[in-house]
Amino acid sequence: MVKRLVVGAGYGLRDWLGQRATGAYMALYTIIFAFSALTLPKMDHEHWSALFSGGLMRFLTFLFFMSLAYHAWVGVRDIWMDYVKPLGLRLALHLITLFLLVGYAGWAAKILWRL
Amino acid sequence: MSEASVARKARPKFLDLREIRLPLPGIVSILHRISGAGLFLLLPFLLYLFDLSVSSPETFATYKAIVGHPLVKLILFGLLWAYLHHFCAGIRFLLLDLHKGIELEQARQSARLVLIVSLTLTVILGVWLW
Repeated sequence: MVKRLVVGAGYGLRDWLGQRATGAYMALYTIIFAFSALTLPKMDHEHWSALFSGGLMRFLTFLFFMSLAYHAWVGVRDIWMDYVKPLGLRLALHLITLFLLVGYAGWAAKILWRL
Repeated sequence: MSEASVARKARPKFLDLREIRLPLPGIVSILHRISGAGLFLLLPFLLYLFDLSVSSPETFATYKAIVGHPLVKLILFGLLWAYLHHFCAGIRFLLLDLHKGIELEQARQSARLVLIVSLTLTVILGVWLW
């Protein structure tokens, strides 16, 4: 049994769990998406964009991108924590990663709600 | 020097990447990380393509022209593998977290399966989409 000291910090359980939950969701979405995309009657703009403009698929796709952002945040942060030791540089990389992922999530939302 | 550090034995370190021979589960694990990093790095490119492909018939044509380029196809082929490997290895890790298949022999078999399935799917889908 590990004795946990209360130091006011998180232990990473939430991120660990969140990364797995988002991963499981994205795996499920991938199967739904692959099935829908591979059974499109014709690969043109009309059919392709209609795939994402339905209420349910738009919501599921939005959820996919949100999951992706959270999942990638935990994963990329773990990479920085494993290989980048200087604290200032690591903090800078964390912030850049965070800004990029928030930006990508916003971009994805914009794409989906313009359809 | 504290007591703890004196008591700690100087254990041999062997971290020469050219000499280390990773077992199959180790290969799947590091490829999971590498594929994830690659997908993260090229995510803006994929979002850009997605944006073009759904926005309008004109941008769809631009999208078609971009993905028609052999070099872009090669990059997308690599990303397809990265996604499929990350997908398959991810499912394996989820099962391991649920204590499914944690015996050594099963873990080796599932690692082999991940490598084979993701490569096979990449070739099938890649050839089909090319």
